[in-house]
Amino acid sequence: MSNEQKHTGDTGHGDNHHPPDHPAHLAHHFETPEQQFESGKLGMWVFLATEVLMFGGLFCAYAIYRGNHQDVFLYGYGALDKMWGATNTVVLLASSLTMAWGVRAAQKGQQKLLLTMLFLTFMGGVGFMCIKGVEYKAKWDHNLFPGTMNAFYYEAGQPKYPEKLEHAIEFIDGRNSGGNSGGEVQGGGGHGLLDADVPYDESPAIEHDAQQVGHDGAGHIVSASPVILTASFGAPADMSTIKPPASPADMGVNDAVIDHAGVLTTPSAEHTQVLWRDLSSAEQKKVHLFFGIYFMMTGLHGLHVLIGMILIAWLFWKAKKGAFNKDYFAPVDIGGLYWHLVDLIWIFLFPLLYLIH
Amino acid sequence: MNAHTNDDHGIGHVSPIWMLLGVFALLIFFTVMTVAVTYIDLGPANIWIALGVAVIKATLVGLYFMHLRYDSPFNSLILVCAFLFLALFIGIALMDTGEYQQNIGPPDTVRPVAG
Repeated sequence: MSNEQKHTGDTGHGDNHHPPDHPAHLAHHFETPEQQFESGKLGMWVFLATEVLMFGGLFCAYAIYRGNHQDVFLYGYGALDKMWGATNTVVLLASSLTMAWGVRAAQKGQQKLLLTMLFLTFMGGVGFMCIKGVEYKAKWDHNLFPGTMNAFYYEAGQPKYPEKLEHAIEFIDGRNSGGNSGGEVQGGGGHGLLDADVPYDESPAIEHDAQQVGHDGAGHIVSASPVILTASFGAPADMSTIKPPASPADMGVNDAVIDHAGVLTTPSAEHTQVLWRDLSSAEQKKVHLFFGIYFMMTGLHGLHVLIGMILIAWLFWKAKKGAFNKDYFAPVDIGGLYWHLVDLIWIFLFPLLYLIH
Repeated sequence: MNAHTNDDHGIGHVSPIWMLLGVFALLIFFTVMTVAVTYIDLGPANIWIALGVAVIKATLVGLYFMHLRYDSPFNSLILVCAFLFLALFIGIALMDTGEYQQNIGPPDTVRPVAG
């Protein structure tokens, strides 16, 4: 930069100070176009590393929260639609393909193909944001907002919006017991089948919470094979008597979960669709935080998609003016890196938010 | 097919179309797989499979769509370092939260504050 500033009145791109064969796009402080290209890319990668670390804070919050409150996640994710999430993954992957293809077109000087690919990539972003909008709308319709507006928000131990809470519980319970994403293996009668005689106690929070309402017999297990299930849960009463009475130390501790997983190592034990009544009252008060995490993670990602779309629109505009050619395509390449990073982050967000098990 | 030999200007790596499409096909395959595997119960393995598939997909995007395989290795090093620091951050944070959970009583249970 300082090198450029020495030449007053020069943008640094003029040819006056260069040998006659010097390409117009080569800035003064670079020896060769290769060096300029590599430097630009290096700078972009450093920026992308900071992006990874920024999202890392949210992933850390996710990890801590999910590690300590498994059931809250199993419950809250019922509000999400796996198929929309998968569709959006495909949309974003496809736009990454068109972006990479666009870079190739720019490298080979295929002007028309570059414009087409940039346009398709932009439309991928539009598609992603539209689907995201549909998803957000589905949450907002049930007052599932981020922060204190959330229907599950508790204030001083009391639900802040009792009526909205009831409605939201109805919505998520309905999805969790009905044919939500797990519907394929669930079957219509899965619930009733197990309700009567199988006290289900996979989660320590469920079992140990003395205040749990309707806890016994409320176990709601979804299984591909109910026969195996009843067999493996053959002596559920014994199991629950073996366990010591509720001690605060057991509450929501990871070890307790592992203990139980050890006891209940049936292939179906994990396939639990958690209902509101399955949550301990302590966890019921934390459900709103799931939506906080969901909206912050997808929101920050969505913001990046929007920024990426602006970048691609700018690239399109520049490309239309013929700014790029075989020898100068660095902005397309670097813009592409940003777009791919957005895709890369979604690759992790999708299973963590939509495919909770 | 012959993009490597066509690449005569020396700046960047030109990805052949078959490679771009192949990587895309693999990414779609892994996406379908990661959704399908949620219908099968593998216990705690499910989350690790989901994350493993995500890592494979991310690696494919990084290596081929982001050209890392053909770039200066220093760019890959930067990304890998970012992930290493992230692992350190999340790993130590998780160890810490595990240490304190046993001291936290459920807010509902009325329990005299010890000490």
